[in-house]
Amino acid sequence: MNNLIHETSKIQEITYELKIQDVMDTEYQTVNSGMAVGSLREVLRKKRILGVPVVDGTDLVGIVSIEDFIKCMENGKLGETVGTMMTMDVKTLFADEPLITAVNKFEEYGFSRFPVISRQTGKLVGIITKIDIIKGILKKLETAYQHEEERRYRASHIFNDIVADDISIDLKYFIEGKNFDKAGEASTGLKKTLNRLGFPPDIVRRVTISTYEAEINIVSYTDKGEIHAFIDSNQIRIVVTDTGPGILDIEKAMLPGFSTAPGWVRELGFGAGMGLPNIKKFTDKMTLESVVGEGTRLETVVFLDSNKNKL
Amino acid sequence: MKLAEIKEILQAEILTTEFDPELDIEIGCSSDLMSDILAFAQPGSVLVTSLINVQVINTANIADIKVVCFVMDKDPHQSIITHAEKNSIAVLKTKFTTFECCGLLYMNGLKSCNYTKFDNFKTYII
Ligand SMILES: Nc1ncnc2c1ncn2[C@@H]1O[C@H](COP(=O)(O)OP(=O)(O)OP(=O)(O)O)[C@@H](O)[C@H]1O
Ligand SMILES: [Mg+2]
Repeated sequence: MNNLIHETSKIQEITYELKIQDVMDTEYQTVNSGMAVGSLREVLRKKRILGVPVVDGTDLVGIVSIEDFIKCMENGKLGETVGTMMTMDVKTLFADEPLITAVNKFEEYGFSRFPVISRQTGKLVGIITKIDIIKGILKKLETAYQHEEERRYRASHIFNDIVADDISIDLKYFIEGKNFDKAGEASTGLKKTLNRLGFPPDIVRRVTISTYEAEINIVSYTDKGEIHAFIDSNQIRIVVTDTGPGILDIEKAMLPGFSTAPGWVRELGFGAGMGLPNIKKFTDKMTLESVVGEGTRLETVVFLDSNKNKL
Repeated sequence: MKLAEIKEILQAEILTTEFDPELDIEIGCSSDLMSDILAFAQPGSVLVTSLINVQVINTANIADIKVVCFVMDKDPHQSIITHAEKNSIAVLKTKFTTFECCGLLYMNGLKSCNYTKFDNFKTYII
């Protein structure tokens, strides 16, 4: 990863510009040192993680990984506490350090994650993995660079060690309701990232047409919402949620031509009643759920495998 | 048909720095309804529209349309031009109406996108 970053000056710039705290995961899992090793399995499995920091009170006291767990299992030590088998000499990063420091440490130690510490308080404030770094850089590239550079700064050229095998990246976008100036930013951003990850143009087109329609619906009918893209090597799944008024009659809303779009939405070129039918047309799977007064949840899947592809 | 030829036929003015006269365009589409464009426009078409706002550019971008032509000599705001340039979309404007533009391009051999009506489509009065 390091060498490749040196070849690509724009990516390099970003790794100096972004701080670890900009990309780290702040909703991380911890365990305490008194926990039985046997219970670790559940934590790691449930959270689908390969390692977890050990925290007593508010102090970071160690780190355990799936390898540590396997070793204990082989030696029949599942009854002992995490404290007896964790690594106490934890390599950490500071939240305010530039991303390049993290990149270098991943290279140097070959670990899959680092706990992140606040320089001011000395306490644990996050976890960072290589995937977090990739996600951070992709997000930055969505807004920082222009269209013609997409193919040149393909993620597959930069992160071939990771992207080549099994990518699994999720990206989140927050959508402001009623703001038509910003409408489409999430979908255009996602389009750049999918191109950069090297997905075929027709797949990118189908995914982003449906995401854009959903984004416009959030802007048109709700106060705010979220688009969550789960990208992996065999499918692209998009989950769109909002806390808007909900849809009274979903069957009716799905009918081509049906629209309740107010005048201001129609003036902007929307309100043909074709958004949801378009989403259905361009995706392989579509689920729409809604509770009036609470909000709406849309989930779509586009498969990469042409056998499963309906178009 | 080359983009340069389209520009000639429509006697259009180029508004963006983005403009490749050699760009091949075989298909045209025209609508002021963005969802119609998303549903039926083919990648690489030229879009003729009288609607002028940033979402036209976003729609074109999402639908892989590289050329947008605004009709009736309407001047888009600079922010729209800049947005188009950022997304590598060429923007033209012409004094012709939508009807005239489509007629001229069609007469000169530009093909239409394949429109197939959605099942159960109707318009509702609410
Ligand atoms: N997220 C949402 N929250 C509340 N209502 C929604 C939502 N999405 C869609 N609707 C309702 O479903 C109707 C149909 O939506 P659809 O996207 O198919 O068409 P439209 O938005 O009216 O027009 P178009 O998408 O063609 O511009 C909307 O008019 C609206 O009443
Ligand atoms: Mg809609």
